Amino acid sequence: MGIDTRAVTPFLTMTMLLPLVGALLLAMIPADRARAHRGISLVASIGAFLVSLSIWTNFNPALAGFQLVEDHAWLAFGARYTVGVDGISLLLVMLTTLLTPLTILSTFGAIKQRTREFHIAMLVLETCMLGTLLAMDMLLFFVFWEIMLVPMFLIIGVWGGERRIYAAVKFFLYTTIGSVLMFVGILYMYLQGGGTSFAYLDALKTGLDLREQLWLFAAFGLAFAIKVPLFPFHTWLPDAHVEAPTAGSVILAGVLLKMGTYGFLRFAIPLFPDAAGTFGLPIMLLAVVGVIYGSLVAWAQDDVKKLVAYSSVAHLGFVMLGMFAMTAEAVQGSILQMVNHGISTGALFLLVGVLYERRHTRLIAAYGGIAKPMKVFAFFMVVITLSSIGLPGTNGFIGEFLILAGTFREALATPGDAGIAMMVLGVLASTGIVLGAIYMLTMVRKVLFGPITHAENEHLQDVTFREGFVLGTLVVLVFWIGLFPNPFLSRTSASVNALLETCKSRMVQHRLISQADGQASPQADGLAYERPYRVALHGEVAE
Amino acid sequence: MSMPSIETLLVVVVLAPLVGAVLNGLFSRFLKHSTVSLLGVGAPVVAFAAALLAVIQWLPLRASLPDASVTVMLFKWIEAGPIVIDASLYLDPLSAVMILVVTGIGSLIHLYSVGYMHDDSSYARYFSHLNLFTFSMLLLVLGRSLLLLFVGWEGVGLCSYLLIGFWFTDMDKAIAGKKAFIVNRIGDFGFLLALFFLLFHLNGTLDVPSLRQAVADPTSVFNTDTAMVTLVTLLLFVGATGKSAQIPLYVWLPDAMAGPTPVSALIHAATMVTAGVYMIARLNFLFVLAPVSMAVIASVGAVTAIFAASIGLVQNDIKKVLAYSTVSQLGYMILGVGVGAFGAGVFHLMTHAFFKACLFLGAGSVIHAMAGEQDIRKMGGLAKKMPFTRWTFLISTMAIAGVPFLSGFFSKDEILFKTLTYHHVSGVVPEWLSVVWFALALGAALMTAMYMFRLYFLTFSGEQRDHHAHPHESPATMTIPLVVLAIGAALAGYLGLPDPSLNVWEHLLAPVFGAAEESILATGSHALELGLMGVSTVVALTGIGLAWWLYRGAGQQVPARIAASMSGLHRLLSNKYYVDEIYDTLVIRPLKAYAHFLWKWIDVGLIDGIMVNGPARLLSAVGGAGRRLATGDVQGYAAALVVGLAVIVFLFL
Repeated sequence: MGIDTRAVTPFLTMTMLLPLVGALLLAMIPADRARAHRGISLVASIGAFLVSLSIWTNFNPALAGFQLVEDHAWLAFGARYTVGVDGISLLLVMLTTLLTPLTILSTFGAIKQRTREFHIAMLVLETCMLGTLLAMDMLLFFVFWEIMLVPMFLIIGVWGGERRIYAAVKFFLYTTIGSVLMFVGILYMYLQGGGTSFAYLDALKTGLDLREQLWLFAAFGLAFAIKVPLFPFHTWLPDAHVEAPTAGSVILAGVLLKMGTYGFLRFAIPLFPDAAGTFGLPIMLLAVVGVIYGSLVAWAQDDVKKLVAYSSVAHLGFVMLGMFAMTAEAVQGSILQMVNHGISTGALFLLVGVLYERRHTRLIAAYGGIAKPMKVFAFFMVVITLSSIGLPGTNGFIGEFLILAGTFREALATPGDAGIAMMVLGVLASTGIVLGAIYMLTMVRKVLFGPITHAENEHLQDVTFREGFVLGTLVVLVFWIGLFPNPFLSRTSASVNALLETCKSRMVQHRLISQADGQASPQADGLAYERPYRVALHGEVAE
Repeated sequence: MSMPSIETLLVVVVLAPLVGAVLNGLFSRFLKHSTVSLLGVGAPVVAFAAALLAVIQWLPLRASLPDASVTVMLFKWIEAGPIVIDASLYLDPLSAVMILVVTGIGSLIHLYSVGYMHDDSSYARYFSHLNLFTFSMLLLVLGRSLLLLFVGWEGVGLCSYLLIGFWFTDMDKAIAGKKAFIVNRIGDFGFLLALFFLLFHLNGTLDVPSLRQAVADPTSVFNTDTAMVTLVTLLLFVGATGKSAQIPLYVWLPDAMAGPTPVSALIHAATMVTAGVYMIARLNFLFVLAPVSMAVIASVGAVTAIFAASIGLVQNDIKKVLAYSTVSQLGYMILGVGVGAFGAGVFHLMTHAFFKACLFLGAGSVIHAMAGEQDIRKMGGLAKKMPFTRWTFLISTMAIAGVPFLSGFFSKDEILFKTLTYHHVSGVVPEWLSVVWFALALGAALMTAMYMFRLYFLTFSGEQRDHHAHPHESPATMTIPLVVLAIGAALAGYLGLPDPSLNVWEHLLAPVFGAAEESILATGSHALELGLMGVSTVVALTGIGLAWWLYRGAGQQVPARIAASMSGLHRLLSNKYYVDEIYDTLVIRPLKAYAHFLWKWIDVGLIDGIMVNGPARLLSAVGGAGRRLATGDVQGYAAALVVGLAVIVFLFL
């Protein structure tokens, strides 16, 4: 994974900086100028989106390594401001810059208190999310990762529902506990590498034995698993979602959770590949438990928002499964599914928000038959539901299909019990397509269809132009990715292939065998990644 | 003016209904009622015309084409890792027949809908969904890759869901739609698993011709690993049981009658429900390699045929009788493809599309005339009032009952005949099974003749028994489709006459089925076939005679007496063998209870209550600090946040 060192316009920093500039501007505006707050916030986030389009157009899909890299000295002890984008982060960066202005637009009717502070928090959050995704220095990554918590903590704690304090503190504590261990891990890597650099690319060269890897993987993995959230670390999520204002839920589900899955893919797996191999099956098991458990518990909910929150546990279970299947298509499917989840679950939270603004309740039983007064709303809800349950033609199908296909390929190619176990996991995960239909369509039926049982629902106002614009944009993406996924997939493929290759070359077993042979392993040529990762692992151990 | 190429025409076939669906779906508020009709009916008609022109051009060319096929590459759909899936269309004898059936019968049903749905407040939404269905069905049929077939496969399921629950303010209809989708998804789960195995063994493609090539190679894994092929074909068949309403997943189809009647005709009789039959026929070369799977398929088909027919004997809702009849007839088709008579199975699919669509539309006409009444006990005497509906209904009833020289007679007979000539090559499957299948199918044929003529007599003969409604013949938009379909129901059988020299059907489809059928079907004697025709004629006439005696003739008191003396059996049949109740008790309720248990006890109780909040209580001091921060000076905190971040960012400058 090399660095593309062409001198470039600092698009990445510009994208990150624009929301921050907006936030600074907002800090100077008097507190009662709500319209101005909204305007500045929207303009700043749209600006960031427009600049990020340059990232998209300047991105070279053929290159595996980081691109548009900016590198500057930062702190004396070796931490640098290094940012770059590759196929692993590109789609998530675009998701962030797109979802943020849409979310800001969606709050214009809902957030009426402390608008200035709210928009400052939103914009700072965007900067932090982008920083987390773009950082190539592990300390820089950690700084963004940690600061990111604060605005989200405030958004839940200040603008949330009745139990917002409990939910916000739970969110904060839970994620902080995970992060502390990761910080220790980062320091350990730093010292192990000679105490001169926090650079990610240097960390990839750090030699670690299996015992070290297991500990470090656990330290990083816990922080990420909580964020994802991987079963059983998920119970902060329903509380946070239910109490968060709509915008908080959208960003939380749409982008923040992906920081966990991104962390696994960027750090935990390639830095500690032997540990990833060792922990692979147990994590896949937890992922599949998450798929089934999340779906069933979602089915049992009577609060729409909780239902969507538990559905996230199920969806991210798919993402985790794909990443640890470690075939190119599964990992690419996982990355795409992160984006898909951001779109469909983000849109679901927006839809719930539309209802909440009208009726001030999230209880499914308070609705019923509202497809009659709210025709356009019903259209959006049905389309987003189809995306969420992975109907072919929508984005959700592409992600789930690639993840499951990759898992099956890995299972069929892996000899012995590990292969059988993976096959069983793949089959169990596939039941998610049935369970997803059950809980989503049950909810849709109860909310949209049947006779109107509450008189106040008779004349509910259909979606406004502003709401329709936000939802419509997401619906376009649902079909765009579903029908023409290749522009998205092709931008991930080089980096994913290189990542899997890096994992292989970093494996302790692989190095030992290569040394014993006195030559490079025959799999080490450029096409080696086409062979499933675990085959290489098991095959070579067996020899 | 030169004719557009086959490739262009095929694109038009698929896109015309999609355009119709999008226009009526998104812009209905700007469209007049007549424009909606024009778009809604125009879309499938354009598709039909394009399909016809494409097939006409293709027919003389086909001998010179590889596998008699034309491929239209649209675009590369999915590329990731080794996976390469193209979006491309594939015209071959099988898909040629199917697109004509789908667009032809589809156009008639769209036209009929203009009259039937005239006053509905969601007229445009109806046509949008019906067009979308046509699009999905054409994609299913024309998709060259199994994954594209799967797009259509789930797409028709979606449209079925939307149209069953079309009148969504009625909770029962909304529930029926949901049930259809979920039961279909259970089948799709099997289908998808099969695709993953095929994807692996085909190195990342799901292209049907490539699969065929791989299967043709005697050294390929498909010819060496029978266990794998058996598993894959059984998983595919799970998908077929969902879509084609076979035991154990047929339960959604009777409930699907909640949808508007033209929908029942198009989706739940003529096209979508035959998708499972089509899929097995499409992959015939794979299925014949797995004799155990074939035996399972044939058995399920035969049992479903007689099982559903027996329920049909006692139903009183005109659409429910037809629904169970459809399940039963689909059982025939599945039996056909299960014994390797792929051509016969698809032949019955085609004839059934005519007569069953005609029957459903006739039922719709009756319901229309009876002001929504669907109970046949309250009908009677409609023959005089509705001549077009009556005669077309009678012709179709005769066709499905197997009256000689009408379409159903030829197609059903061929399946019966081929069931007996099935050649048990493998030795794994006992040969007497063929006889059992044959007996079941013959029993089902008897019942079919009985329940169909019971339906006909109760509805049209005698005197009107309930005088609330004032029946009248339906408008021309409804009667014209009835007449066209009845002509098809009468004559379509002549495409597949039981004589090799006259059998146009078999000849046409030989490039698709020839090799597979030869490997599995013995050439039965012509005498046997003619003999069987005699047998099934007797069976059909017996059934009709019994129906006459019981519902028109001297035996009119007998049904009530039978019902009284065998009340247990009657209750069992009336309640459809209690299958819905059994599923509810054994599957749905326990699962729902389990979901509640997971939520209340595991999630809220164990994980959150003990594992998370337990230690958290110890840290409540920290929580208190957080609380003070959150409710304190937010403004100050936010400012500090911005400044802090700015400092960090600018440190490096």
